[in-house]
Amino acid sequence: MTDATVNIPTAAFRPGTSDAEIEAAAAKAAAHRRHTVTFWRLGILVVFLALWEIAGRMAWIDPFFYAMPSTIAGRLYEWITEGTSEGPLWYHLYVTMEESVLGFVTGSVAGIIIGVALGRNRMAADIFSIYIKVINSIPRVVLAPIFIMILGLGLASKVALAFVMVFFVVFHNAFQGVREADRAMIANARILGASDWQLTRSVIVPSAMSWIFASLHVSFGFAIIGAIVGEFVGSRYGIGLLINIAKGSFDAAGMYAAIVIVMVVALAAEYLMTMVESRLAKWRPQPLHETQ
Amino acid sequence: MAVEKTAPAIELINVSRRFLSPTGKSLTAIRDFTMTVERGEFVAVVGPTGCGKSTTLNLVTGLASPSAGEVRVMGAPVKGIDPRIGFVFQTDALFPWRTVIENVMAGPLFRGKPKAQAQASARDWLARVGLARFEQHYPHQLSGGMRKRVALAQTFINGPEILLMDEPFSALDVQTRVLMHEELLRLWSDAKASVVFVTHDLEEAIALADKVYVLTAGPATVKSVYTIDLPRPRVVADIRYEQRFIDYSRTIWADLKEEVETSYARAAA
Repeated sequence: MTDATVNIPTAAFRPGTSDAEIEAAAAKAAAHRRHTVTFWRLGILVVFLALWEIAGRMAWIDPFFYAMPSTIAGRLYEWITEGTSEGPLWYHLYVTMEESVLGFVTGSVAGIIIGVALGRNRMAADIFSIYIKVINSIPRVVLAPIFIMILGLGLASKVALAFVMVFFVVFHNAFQGVREADRAMIANARILGASDWQLTRSVIVPSAMSWIFASLHVSFGFAIIGAIVGEFVGSRYGIGLLINIAKGSFDAAGMYAAIVIVMVVALAAEYLMTMVESRLAKWRPQPLHETQ
Repeated sequence: MAVEKTAPAIELINVSRRFLSPTGKSLTAIRDFTMTVERGEFVAVVGPTGCGKSTTLNLVTGLASPSAGEVRVMGAPVKGIDPRIGFVFQTDALFPWRTVIENVMAGPLFRGKPKAQAQASARDWLARVGLARFEQHYPHQLSGGMRKRVALAQTFINGPEILLMDEPFSALDVQTRVLMHEELLRLWSDAKASVVFVTHDLEEAIALADKVYVLTAGPATVKSVYTIDLPRPRVVADIRYEQRFIDYSRTIWADLKEEVETSYARAAA
């Protein structure tokens, strides 16, 4: 089974075969490869879940603490069909997403603007860099109680926490991206007649874009962390609250179910981001596929 | 205005330029440099590697200012970046996220021309450099020679009266380079611009230029100036086999060789 799927049919690449044959063989090999990857991905997941389930049922691990895939699935089903003890699941998910998205958007916009501004202005960068370092050295989650004290149990405190989680990552990458912009390209734009603003908008920012995007990928995850930690510390709604309540009632399945929900959402966001990025970065060279 | 009409395109008068190295030491890139480029003249500057050839160009663009001496463009001292100047870089300075036509349109758009006009003009220039079919390609999809053609179109579209070129073809293979020489001479004879062409390739300099400046090993100053009296239009591919070309080549190389050796010995020491 494994041999048949892993083997790439190298025999098809005999010298002297026509282009069409080589292409057909390459397409076939690529399809094989994709199938192999999918097979192993699914296989590993299935084995992992099965082992977990068996370990729980055979009492090798205590299901009270570790739950079991079946109880987690059951809890998810119950939440989806009947709602949680705190009201409908969708509302909690909606609240957490709202907090994350708002924090993500405001944090990345602020990060990009300030990163580009400081990247373009060496003097300001030298002055403010020390403050940014100092603030950046604060572990962000310790700000959660402060924000909740100041901004209350509602939306604002979670958005603020998500904001600070996202801001520094995006800021650093935007700043670095601006600094790495090609000198010849900048000189070229200036001689072609670009004003400072045109230079920033049509040369500096696009060339920093691949740096910025690299940070956006991770920072949506950070925004979710910010929102959930905020909900832990104090809130009336949200996935973080569900985890907190599950913890309070020793409901292991509930905690894992909440984690699964967050995982799905984070993966979906990552997928969306990759799609947007590949749309924007269509100018980048595509790697050529070798035909051995 | 009377002064403007008759003044040479570029004058560098006793110019020096010092740099601060990253360790804070003062370095002299060029010293007591004097050069005149007449209107419509094609001047080539040759010298050993790293002697400060590119610095002279930066002084003319206004991207750098002289530590001493005076730089004049069209009879007036250089203040900031002059819109009459075009620059072709050694490295690839195209914007990789823009298509070929968007790259060529950049200059006119930066200078506030309406989009339709910029586009029409860019089409025209792409046709002139033989890239009409590649409008919608991105730079990475083109060969090195094609990218240089885009760079030429991007520069010529602004109608520069002065064209500065910093070893523009040094990264190209020999055949492509000869084609680019022909292309450049053709564009230049249409545009009637004054050209300063920096290179370390002496044959390239002789084949293209009216005048060849030989620089000393750094800090650079003018060692000697040769007038190249070869008829135009020149066929770059063939001219190198002509006796007069070979004579020029031999004479100037004898002169340049000393500087190259000095520079090499200094780097090895």
